[in-house]
Amino acid sequence: MNKIYASYNNIISSLGFDSEIVVQNIQDKNSGLQLIEDKAILSQPFYSSIINSKDLYANFKTLGIEGDFTRLEHMMISSLSKVIGEAKIPINNRVGLIISTTKGNVDVLDKNSRFSKERAYLSVLGRVIKEALGFKKEAIVVSNACVSGVLSIAIAKRYINQGVYDNVFIVSGDIVTEFIITGFNSFQALSNEPCKPYDKNRSGVNIGEVAASILVTKDTNALSKEAVVVLGEGSSNDANHISGPSRTGEGLCRSVKSAIKESNITFNDIDYISAHGTATLFNDETEAIAFNRLGLNKVPLNSLKGYFGHTLGASGLVETIVGMHSLQNNTLYTSLGFSELGVSKPLNIITETTSRKLDTFLKTASGFGGCNTAVLFQKVK
Amino acid sequence: MNTKYYIKSFCQIKDNKISLNKSVIYKNEDTLDFLDFIKTAYRSFEINYPKFFKMDGLSKLAFLASEVLLSREKINTEEENNIAIVFSNKSSSLDTDKKHQESIQDKDNYYPSPAVFVYTLPNICIGEISIKYKLHSENSFFIFDSFNAEYLLEYTKSLLSTNKAKEVLCGWVEFNGIEYEAFLYLVSKEGTIAHTKQEIIKLYNT
Repeated sequence: MNKIYASYNNIISSLGFDSEIVVQNIQDKNSGLQLIEDKAILSQPFYSSIINSKDLYANFKTLGIEGDFTRLEHMMISSLSKVIGEAKIPINNRVGLIISTTKGNVDVLDKNSRFSKERAYLSVLGRVIKEALGFKKEAIVVSNACVSGVLSIAIAKRYINQGVYDNVFIVSGDIVTEFIITGFNSFQALSNEPCKPYDKNRSGVNIGEVAASILVTKDTNALSKEAVVVLGEGSSNDANHISGPSRTGEGLCRSVKSAIKESNITFNDIDYISAHGTATLFNDETEAIAFNRLGLNKVPLNSLKGYFGHTLGASGLVETIVGMHSLQNNTLYTSLGFSELGVSKPLNIITETTSRKLDTFLKTASGFGGCNTAVLFQKVK
Repeated sequence: MNTKYYIKSFCQIKDNKISLNKSVIYKNEDTLDFLDFIKTAYRSFEINYPKFFKMDGLSKLAFLASEVLLSREKINTEEENNIAIVFSNKSSSLDTDKKHQESIQDKDNYYPSPAVFVYTLPNICIGEISIKYKLHSENSFFIFDSFNAEYLLEYTKSLLSTNKAKEVLCGWVEFNGIEYEAFLYLVSKEGTIAHTKQEIIKLYNT
């Protein structure tokens, strides 16, 4: 089997339109979360990280791409076109396109949207992105709840190893909409303050939005400076509940074990965990149980939800990209919002930006439907 | 790497009919809408699983098609059964998305509900099947314009050849609120139909 790499990348978010700028903001502990008062979304104010539309459209204009695009399409095309430009890979039949999203253009279902309802189809979103950026093959749209972003890296690797593609570009994105916010609000899952993953006083999730893109490749000539090897990956269902994690962390444990098995490293080789950490009572507790079962409770861990909120189908990818920069910069970034442990098992939460030699990190994510995904990444030697 | 894989069994649900390996095992001549059809079919199979009634249309369709195939496998839920689930469709969870949208569209008639919202993700149906059969396995839900045999074939081959799954339940489960179609097949080391793109397309078109 080939070594597969995660390489050139981009993040479009409220913390900036470029991975380096976003990572610098994280280094400086700047959060993209703010109090949003928008009655068109929710009757009461809520915390979220929302991309400034004016900046987004101004940035998009510089790309010179013509078409009538939705807000999410603007985000996705802006993000992915940058990665394609940097990677300098000609788009041909050997180049795949994966789009990961939970809800795509769901905002067009609103009766006041000027776009046709047809745009709500994720396959139509796939076609729009494919045509705007000149891809040759049908997009593979991955819609697997909140693991979609990180699962897409595993899927890209699998298609490359199968010989279907040599290179795969992934773009992930979800937007903050009335649809999503009212849904999470109906679960009483929204926090009325900036989220506090793993903290004693955590009070729920903030939903945010980003678009993130990455090149997954087997070509050692297509590696960016922060490129990493995709060492191993695995997914596992909890087989327990459709809207809550397993109390034993079963699926999460199994997904990490599956990734470890493929990677031929040991649990001791993991220098850092980029966890899911949504700041809901159940999610954080399940993760604590799972990481303890795996003997990973001493490994430095953070949740990046305090910077972006939970960005749904994009969260796994944006957090992977930050993790790659973390390795490149040999720096552990603060798990923003955390001050006192509020889960029943010990975890080594990163409370200060810390310089440390880093080689290998684990990214995990969990989602509705009981899904869990784990991927191990290592510096290119 | 060179292990041969086969399509062990396959199930289709469309046009008020359910078939297993090409034989019709249930049909209803009455003109029923999808939800009435699937409920009547469920009752005819004498499956005792009350959770079925809480599911949305897509999950009911995926659940019943899976049930036709997996109930024959005599799965012992006390043991490890590494059957991955790889589904695809065109409309994602659009039928339920529209229901949630209706519940928030009018501020004077505002009733968002977690019981509806949870089904606004297509992979929830995979969760339902995983719960029924205690499958702690690999999952993925893909969205395509139309049935894409090649992407499913290669993904399934990847899961099997890397030992991430022993068998794979895969296929197409589409429900847009009115029209429905399920075509699921179980890929295994056992069976007689070769697991190839040509065979998958042939079975899908029967």
